[in-house]
Amino acid sequence: MAELKHLLGIAELTRSEILAILEQARRFREVLDRPIPIVPALRGKTIVNLFFEPSTRTITSFTLAATRLSAQCLNFSAAASSTKKGESLLDTVENIEAMRVDGVVVRHSAAGVAHFLARRVNCFVVNAGDGCHEHPTQALLDSFTLLERLGSYSREAKGLPYSRAGLESLDGKRVLIIGDIAHSRVARSNIICLNKLGAQVAVCGPPTLVPAEVEKLGCEVFYRLEKILYQVDVIHMLRLQAERMGSGLIPSLREYRQFYGLTRERLAQLKPEVVIIHPGPVNWGVEMDYDVREMPQSLIMNQVKNGVAVRMAVLYLLAAGRGQVNWEMTNEE
Amino acid sequence: MRRRLLSADDITGTIRRLSAAVAERNQGVENLVLIGIQRRGVPLAQRIASELSRAGRQAVSVGSIDITLYRDDLQLVAETPLVRGSNISFDINGKTVVLVDDVIFTGRTVRAALTELLDFGRPRMVQLLVLVDRGHRELPIQPDFVGRVVKTRRNDLVDIYLREVDGRDEVILARKG
Repeated sequence: MAELKHLLGIAELTRSEILAILEQARRFREVLDRPIPIVPALRGKTIVNLFFEPSTRTITSFTLAATRLSAQCLNFSAAASSTKKGESLLDTVENIEAMRVDGVVVRHSAAGVAHFLARRVNCFVVNAGDGCHEHPTQALLDSFTLLERLGSYSREAKGLPYSRAGLESLDGKRVLIIGDIAHSRVARSNIICLNKLGAQVAVCGPPTLVPAEVEKLGCEVFYRLEKILYQVDVIHMLRLQAERMGSGLIPSLREYRQFYGLTRERLAQLKPEVVIIHPGPVNWGVEMDYDVREMPQSLIMNQVKNGVAVRMAVLYLLAAGRGQVNWEMTNEE
Repeated sequence: MRRRLLSADDITGTIRRLSAAVAERNQGVENLVLIGIQRRGVPLAQRIASELSRAGRQAVSVGSIDITLYRDDLQLVAETPLVRGSNISFDINGKTVVLVDDVIFTGRTVRAALTELLDFGRPRMVQLLVLVDRGHRELPIQPDFVGRVVKTRRNDLVDIYLREVDGRDEVILARKG
C-alpha cells in the first residue's frame, strides 16, 4: 500500500508501515541534533493545530515538528474560538480549510472526530487524540522509545547509515500497561501498536477501570499488580484521568496508589533492566512516586524528545507528496 | 544500447588518481574531511578516504549526507521519498570539505547538498569530486575533481554500479533506441 492520506489511528496501519514511520523518525532524530535543527522539506506548507481539549506536550510537539520542517503552523484553541458561539465542528474545519491549509492536527473529546473530518475535507488529518478512542502519534513515539532502548536500534552497525538490517521489532517483549485502561486512548493505541510489533501485552487496573472484553484487542488482564509487575520488560504507567472519570470508580486516590501505584517499595524491587514509560502529565504520588524521576529505568524524557521526531516523520510523510509514499528505499535519480 | 564507460579496473585507477589529486591540491590531508552524498557517493567517499589515509599516514574522517529534505522538487514528486539519513559525526567548522558523488548531471543535488552542509557548520572551503560528469547543468556548479567527462544526451541514463551497494564495479551508459 503506497497511500498514506491521513493518520487516524494505529488500527489503520500495517506493521511494515509502522516500522517505516519509526525508521523515518530515527532520521529526524538526527536532524534534531544538528547545530541548525531545521530542514526545508515542508516550505510553503501550512498546518493548523485544532485542539478542542487542553494539551501542553502534544500541541507543543506538533508545533515544533511542523516548524522544524519549515512548515507554518497555527494554533486554534477552542476556548477562544467561534466554537463558543455555537459554530459546528465541520463549519470550523471547512472555514479553516478554505483559507488553504495543507493539513489539520485535531484533538477532540469525542471518539471518531478525526475520521469524520477525514471523510469531509480535502486536506490531511492527523488524529492527536479523539475521546477514549485513539492517540496514534503517542503510541508511535512510545514504540520508538522502546525500540531505541530494547530493540535493535541500539545495535545498528556504524558506517552503514542506510542499512535497515538492524531494524526489527519488539518481538517477545512483555509490556504491562497499568491504570485507567477504560478511559485511555493511549492504552488503546498502544495495545494495537505493540501487538503489531510483536510484543506481548498485559493490562492491570481496578475492575472498574478495565473495560469488558479488552482482551479482544490482544492483551492479558490482571487485577492484582503483584501477579505480573516483576515479570515484564516494560512498565507503561497511565495517568489517572480525573476529567474523564465519573465518581465512584475508585474508592480514593490513596487506595489507588496502594494497589496500583509504582510506589517507592515496588520500585525498589524492580529489575535494573526494566524500563518505565508514561505519556504525561504525571500525577506524582498517585500513579507513581516522585522517585521515578531520578531512576535510570525511566524513559519519560526520552519519550518527550522522541515525540518531536516521530511527529516530524508523520507530517513529512503526509505533507511532502500528495498522499503517496514510496515505501521502498529506492529514491534513485 | 548499453555501452560500458568504466570497468572495475578503470574505477579503481580513477579513484586512485582522484585521491592523489585531492592530496596534491590540498597539500596533504591535514584539516580535510570527506562527505559522500547518499547513496553511491558514500562508498566512493570511503574508498577515497582509505586511499588518502594510506598515502598520508593519517586517518581522514568520512560522513554522509542525504539531500532528500533539501530537494527543490520535493513539492513536485508524485511519491514522497523516504529519507536515508545523514551522518556527520564530526565538526566541519573550519575544515576543507570534499563533497563526493558518483555522477554530476543537473547540479541540483549538489546545490541541495551545499545548502544542507552549511546547516552543519561553516567549512573553510568546499570542493566537489565526482566519478562521472555527464553534462547538462541547470545551475552554475562545476566539480573540482572529475574522474571521467562523458558526452550524453539529456535522456540517457548513466548507471553506476559499486560493489558495496550493487555487488560489482561498473559504469554503463544506457541510451534509448
